Amino acid sequence: MSTPTATAPPPGDTDDRVVAKGRMGLLFARPEIGALIGALAVAALFLAVAPSFRSLGNTGTILYAAASIGIMAVGVSLLMVGGEFDLSTGVAATASGICAALTAWNFGLNVWIGVIAALVFSLAVGAFNGWMLMRTGLPSFLVTLGTFFVLQGANLAVTRLVGGTVSTPTISDMAGYESARSVFAWSVQIGPVDIKSLVVYWLIMVVVAALVLQKTSVGNWIFAAGGDSDAARAVGVPVKAVKIGLFMTVGFCAWMLGMHLLFSYNVMQSGEGVGNEFIYIIAAVVGGCLLTGGYGSVVGAALGALIFGMTRLGINYAGWNVDWFYTFLGVMLLLATLVNLYVKKKADSR
Amino acid sequence: MSTETIHRRPPGVEPLVIMQDVGKSYGNVHALRGVNLEVYPGEVTCVLGDNGAGKSTLIKIMAGLHEHTSGSFEVNGVKRHLASPRAAQALGIATVYQDLALAPLMSVWRNFFMGNEIRSGLFLDARRMKTIADEELQKMGIQIGDLDRPVGGLSGGQKQCIAIARAIYFGAKVIILDEPTAALGVKQSGVVLKYIAKARDAGLGVVFITHNPHHAYLVGNHFIILKLGRLTLDAPRDALTLDQLTAEMAGGQELDELKHELGDVNPGKVVDPDNPEIELAGPGKPKVQAGSSRDHEPKGEV
Repeated sequence: MSTPTATAPPPGDTDDRVVAKGRMGLLFARPEIGALIGALAVAALFLAVAPSFRSLGNTGTILYAAASIGIMAVGVSLLMVGGEFDLSTGVAATASGICAALTAWNFGLNVWIGVIAALVFSLAVGAFNGWMLMRTGLPSFLVTLGTFFVLQGANLAVTRLVGGTVSTPTISDMAGYESARSVFAWSVQIGPVDIKSLVVYWLIMVVVAALVLQKTSVGNWIFAAGGDSDAARAVGVPVKAVKIGLFMTVGFCAWMLGMHLLFSYNVMQSGEGVGNEFIYIIAAVVGGCLLTGGYGSVVGAALGALIFGMTRLGINYAGWNVDWFYTFLGVMLLLATLVNLYVKKKADSR
Repeated sequence: MSTETIHRRPPGVEPLVIMQDVGKSYGNVHALRGVNLEVYPGEVTCVLGDNGAGKSTLIKIMAGLHEHTSGSFEVNGVKRHLASPRAAQALGIATVYQDLALAPLMSVWRNFFMGNEIRSGLFLDARRMKTIADEELQKMGIQIGDLDRPVGGLSGGQKQCIAIARAIYFGAKVIILDEPTAALGVKQSGVVLKYIAKARDAGLGVVFITHNPHHAYLVGNHFIILKLGRLTLDAPRDALTLDQLTAEMAGGQELDELKHELGDVNPGKVVDPDNPEIELAGPGKPKVQAGSSRDHEPKGEV
């Protein structure tokens, strides 16, 4: 029989200062916990004060409002984990829709060719943002601010130049429109709930992006590139490719949203989208993404989008003045960042 | 430690890396000129030099971050121009940087496998990576505990050791350590030095960059000193004593001059803390007296 002292290592040999985290500790270490608490709080608030919020039929509408923010927040949150920023996302979605509509209308082509052209265009804008950034080493804030203004101006100018007005010409009578509409803007009725295609695409993209971020090598590279890009490069992570890829992912999201908007309304308003870029960023930040990169979650950003979807409609359903929406947005952002800060400190200090 | 025995190289051992007359210019700035360096397996080659002596440029060439502009650089007998860190790694040259090459917010195991993740199918094999990271760290005598912790919260010595263990695990034959003890306390430095000895005993060629001759002499087999981008000393351990190394490092001549200049100063003098003759500032300011008033405390100490 061995004595107890023989089995226990002598003090000082092993580092016993760190004990395994409990279940609560692990839960609190997740970046999306702040957004989850926020989403539950907002849901509880509006369930209490707004009767129509409780009606099941409105769930589809709320989810749709969330999806229209959330689909861009998927790309934006990945990009922010990768340590970059994109201010051109709001107008990029509009630009994608305009590109599709004008290509098809102006040349009298099948609408699907316009759709493909828009995809190429959106990916190219993303690739340009990423390439410019990697090439010059400028902050992404400046580069994408430039892209933002270029796109905002081009949206208005090109639309007016080609069609003569501020909105794109109607393309609903063109070849391929119905089939494109059935892909990008369908909806399905499940009981009392009307599920729009955008909601389904959003959820699919959230699942795919979350898996990529958490469970694949590319995801690890995204964290590494955002956490310390020099360190990542030094151990062989292809940082440039990762970052350009992230900007192109944002481009893809902008294309998805742009196509949905185009085929839902069959015209694009060329002035739309300005200001939305901040809402996407806020959704990502509320979801636990750090502005400095290297930390964050796609699921959190989805919860952030859900918070805004619920708020936008909840204020309406509660009969409050909708002017308060942006005030609420600001308060939500501050609260979320405070919760994130607190949670992160708490998790790290355990 | 086995550092007291003088290392005799067995015959027939080929150097892993040979640098001959290597130089690097940035336009009209010659950061490095005429550097000769050989790295043998199972040896620690120490590169010493003051700040700005060209140590960083030298390792950046070996690590593949910069290409050299003159001379020849051979790895395993083949002349190379390394275009990227990935190319250097493929040849078995791994570098552990001063700033560690760890992403602070990522967990220990994610950092350990950064850029070399293990997958099963499409997805990461997290369980296997955690097991391996744990084994490798235990092997080197580092206890981390929770591998899901972000590395930002670990001590400097632990971070260094993770970075070194990672390099060794990923098949490095040559491991370059960029001032691994510079930011560490005495005990932490000891941990890292022990670790360097272990890497050497495992048959790796170690390049140890430092400006601390004491640390270098504890583990080094061969010493080179850089000054203003040139080689000023190139000697094996048995041709040097620690005093000689320290003197060479400090630049013998300059040290004599300094001694002369400071000759008039009384080193044992004590100044009245309330009426100091000269205002000293900065983190290096000595504590004047135990229990002296607050504004005499050194500031900026971590």
